[in-house]
Amino acid sequence: MSPVETSHPASAAPATAAAAPAVVAAPRRIDWFPYLLLIPAALLTLVIVAWPLIETFRLSFTDASLRGESYVGAENYVEIFEDDFAEIMIRTFIWMFLGVTLKIVMGVIGAVLLNAALPGRAIFRILVMPPWIVPIAIGVFMWSWMYNGQFGMISGLAQRFGLIDGPFEFLAYGTSAFLATVVTDVWVGTPLVALYLLAAMQSIPTELYEAAWTDGAGRFYRFRRITLPLIAPSIFTVALLSAIWTFNSFDIIWILTEGGPRGSTTTMIIDTYKTAISRFRFGEGAARAVMILVCLTAFAGAYLALMARSQRDAR
Amino acid sequence: MINKYTLWEKVGLYAAIAVFLIFILAPFAEAFMVSLRPIESVFRVPYQFFSDDMTFAAYVDMWSEVPGLARYIFNSFFIAFCVTVLALICIIPAAYSFSRFDYRGRNSLLTAFLAINMVGAAVLIIPLYKLMFSLGLLNSYWSMILPGAAFTVPTGIFLMRSYFLRIPRELEEAAYVDGAGRVYTLWRVILPVALPGIVVVTITTFITAYAQQFLFALTFNGKDEFHPLTVGLYQFFGRERILWNQVMAASLVGTLPVLIVYVFLQKYIVAGLTAGAVKE
Repeated sequence: MSPVETSHPASAAPATAAAAPAVVAAPRRIDWFPYLLLIPAALLTLVIVAWPLIETFRLSFTDASLRGESYVGAENYVEIFEDDFAEIMIRTFIWMFLGVTLKIVMGVIGAVLLNAALPGRAIFRILVMPPWIVPIAIGVFMWSWMYNGQFGMISGLAQRFGLIDGPFEFLAYGTSAFLATVVTDVWVGTPLVALYLLAAMQSIPTELYEAAWTDGAGRFYRFRRITLPLIAPSIFTVALLSAIWTFNSFDIIWILTEGGPRGSTTTMIIDTYKTAISRFRFGEGAARAVMILVCLTAFAGAYLALMARSQRDAR
Repeated sequence: MINKYTLWEKVGLYAAIAVFLIFILAPFAEAFMVSLRPIESVFRVPYQFFSDDMTFAAYVDMWSEVPGLARYIFNSFFIAFCVTVLALICIIPAAYSFSRFDYRGRNSLLTAFLAINMVGAAVLIIPLYKLMFSLGLLNSYWSMILPGAAFTVPTGIFLMRSYFLRIPRELEEAAYVDGAGRVYTLWRVILPVALPGIVVVTITTFITAYAQQFLFALTFNGKDEFHPLTVGLYQFFGRERILWNQVMAASLVGTLPVLIVYVFLQKYIVAGLTAGAVKE
């Protein structure tokens, strides 16, 4: 069961229902019906996900290109680390860490604001979502115009308020381009985090707040002592999920900078894509992809362990 | 009362909400304003948010200046529609199997599906490219539909399963007592009851499918007539002079239908998406 469901009031019941005996108990004989039901999903997943996973590992030990392939052992791995791969890994982790941290901070703030009992909050909730609903690519088109130095909104307003002297081309310099991609990533990811944490906040029983209020606890004290501890597991879960998505993020950087200027926004995903698809070096690209999978496996392991624990707690 | 705010608290909260929403909505507002400017005013210094020469001309001109625009928008919807149908064919039986039956390997299989969610499509792009190449699917709709569906199935299974789990088992037992077969029971008894859940899964899958087309189209498709809106517009980015007002107008027109659907069904969509915690 997905861990989010525990923070979702409507789905609190199924956790216990799952433990009940199944409708169709098949003593002795193997019942094939439930397996048959899995065939379409399994088939699609095997072809599009499972086989490519294995193939990525195999290719990483070859020099595959469009012209053919032969086994080269661990050569690709040696090569990429002699190259600037370590630097790319560090950059990827900084990019991910900055993005996830800011998304969580913005998400908590957003959830608190959306949870406030104010007239109009139904409308605020609707207005928060668009970055998440529109295709990421479309949102990033808008941002790439915003970052335009000559005519874009950010540079234009900053000049008007005297923050900068002349036009500033955000995507033309390493550091500013890096930060610009982070900001856009935060913009794309914040709505989900905010609404996810809002759902967690709304599942906290109001009696807790009322009891604290009766005892004279102030608003900030109630937030710190009731809200924050109770949504902490949700924050942790969403941070981990967000880390995985941020790590896998492709569209944002590709559209804004294609990894430039001079590689300063090249994350592991962008690097793999460039090696494999732009330069058709499948073998070397696969080795770079395997390194991504190693990182993802660590995240996935943490996520699954977290879920197993929350499922145990739910029983 | 506990939720009563003082005047200053109210002012503070509304101000904070305003700042938050400005961050969220500024790109949309700017995109809309750009779409209303004639191209000379788009490239104007100093920057002005409002200008006095606003016009809807870009919304008319773009259909002729961006030759494939109508086709791109159609493609986006067509691909998302096919992805949704294919994904549902996979999701519904699998979710039913995971929610109703007890069999060897069920939990490991479920975990395996969950693990797929961790792997982004971009990581597997090399074998996927080779696969599409050897199946002869490069430069076809299928090269965008098949991966699109595969990467929406896991989330859909989890979401759909949580709806199936809420349906009381007595319903099936009653059908079996009446002599109904299992396929008949699923088709005629369970699916009608699960319809609200199916609707939510359909909408969320469609929105995800509509949103995630960029990578597959960029990589697997080189034929202009098959491109979805995102890649269709992206092609203009390499040009010397980008007609930003038309690009923005086209972006807004292409996302408007999804946004309208969202505004009307947002309660279900938010419940669905936060329950499965979807979307890359």
